[in-house]
Amino acid sequence: MLGEGILKGLVETARNFFGSYVSKDRLTTVQFPEERLPQPEAARNYPFLVYDGGDWQAGLRCVACQICEKECPPKCIFIEKSTDKKPDYTGKPQFYPATFNIDVSVCMSCQICVEVCPFDAIEMDNAFELSTTDRFGGLLWNREQLAKPNSYFHNIHPATATEIDERLAAAKAKAEAKAKPADAPTPTAPQPEPPPAKS
Amino acid sequence: MAATIDQIFVLLKHWILAHAPVWVQPIFSAVLSAVAILVVFASLFALTTILERKGLGRFQNRYGPNRVGPFGLLQPLADGLKSLTKEDIVPHSADGVVHLLAPIALVVAAFLGYAVLPLGRNMTAINLDTGLLYFFAAGSAVELTIFMAGWSSRNKYSLLGAMRAVAQMISYEVPLILSTITVVMAAGALSTVAIVESQSAYSGIWPHWFVFTPWGFAGFVLFMIAGIAESNRSPFDLPEGESEIIAGYFIEYSGFKFALFFLGEYIGMFAICGLAITLFLGGWTAPFSFLIWVPSYFWFFAKLLVLIAMLIWIRSTLPRLRMDQLMNFAWKFMLPMALINLFAAGVWHFIPSVPVRWLVSAILIAIPYILLGRGLMHSNKLEKRTYRFAD
Repeated sequence: MLGEGILKGLVETARNFFGSYVSKDRLTTVQFPEERLPQPEAARNYPFLVYDGGDWQAGLRCVACQICEKECPPKCIFIEKSTDKKPDYTGKPQFYPATFNIDVSVCMSCQICVEVCPFDAIEMDNAFELSTTDRFGGLLWNREQLAKPNSYFHNIHPATATEIDERLAAAKAKAEAKAKPADAPTPTAPQPEPPPAKS
Repeated sequence: MAATIDQIFVLLKHWILAHAPVWVQPIFSAVLSAVAILVVFASLFALTTILERKGLGRFQNRYGPNRVGPFGLLQPLADGLKSLTKEDIVPHSADGVVHLLAPIALVVAAFLGYAVLPLGRNMTAINLDTGLLYFFAAGSAVELTIFMAGWSSRNKYSLLGAMRAVAQMISYEVPLILSTITVVMAAGALSTVAIVESQSAYSGIWPHWFVFTPWGFAGFVLFMIAGIAESNRSPFDLPEGESEIIAGYFIEYSGFKFALFFLGEYIGMFAICGLAITLFLGGWTAPFSFLIWVPSYFWFFAKLLVLIAMLIWIRSTLPRLRMDQLMNFAWKFMLPMALINLFAAGVWHFIPSVPVRWLVSAILIAIPYILLGRGLMHSNKLEKRTYRFAD
């Protein structure tokens, strides 16, 4: 019949209309600020600096080697090396960044700084609600704003964080094993501290 | 008591009028009616925008606006504030005066038709003897204002949109008016009040609305299709097709002028729906004889909301037509059907026996409908194209 297609279409839309009141499955919209979907683990936007322990200044993994600064394609990282040294996680004295700034209005989230960092000190964050009323100072993050604890890293990227922790623990154990015989030459082999829980 | 509630607005107006000196009373009466119509239909516009957005959302399995106020009900307020505070941009090479006048003239022209719409018993602003004629004459000024907008903006898209709009509205004006002539024939009057009166009888509990006759039903469908085209609504929204010509004739309008276009469009749509109610759905009469005690204006606005819901439903269902489809539909289908409907209505009046006239009238409409539709479907079938030289 004529006009049958129009009637069919009207029935279909009416089914949608009433169905959306009856079954919640039809409404796929996530009411964003109130409800959030979990972010995928690979989600990333801007880098942050990882620190171990409770004090961000003492635990910062960054040794101010400036590789990331040199590799950064848009040149959004600015690092000033410290003049003194502080012990790193293995106890070896290292430089630390006196200044570490990232201009996030320039950063293009390429993750190259993370790839090149030999100390796993810089990682990608997935926080995205970063709007600010100050487009110059507000988007230039200093090291205090950038420093985030390792537990946060475990939260957002658990697999990578665990893998890095294992690697660092192994390196620390190796360093201790190398240091121990020189300090106290005992025949018993030094036991490395148990690695963090395997994922 | 029921009669008082039914006439409460009329009584209120008379009470206010009694306080004015005699020589002001005629003009004061007109101003009072005009203000009431302006306020009521402008608020209905605000209500409809939120209902339409919520409704369209539900038709597409979305929530629709739900952020401003409880359930998003204050959304029209936010929209109004936003359009008031937005910058009003006039293109450098636009014709400033016409550009400014077009939205205002559109709203005025759209509101003019309400003067003859019976919103309830004794609730017609002016009872003109030629009310229907006046309605269409005032309504056709909308075409002019749309062309004013399109021309004065000095933008190729707005001119294209305006030309589309004029072509579409003039084409659909023909079946629109022809479909109302059946009602004029049946009622024997052009006055909208008389047309409603002629439908106010009941047989048993059923009302004598014109939509309950074969020619009335066909006329109602034709009128509504032409009316949707006339008010530039989806699926006939070619003049403002966003994906083709961005926003058509109001592409260069911003801020409150844009809001005025929006208002004018909806006001025109309500006017067309109101006229459809007056002509075919018995105006302010109750749908059943035992519901006469409900105030007459309630029935008018209930029917209006139902028709608006219908239009939202149609908007959510049908995609936009192509220009040639639109014109073919108007001239090859709507116009012949309107003429045949006119003939069927005439035959109806000259056959005294009720069952026979029902049968004859229905057959007279149904057979041309099927034949015409079939013929158009076949003629529009595209054949597989063969390329003689390409292979």
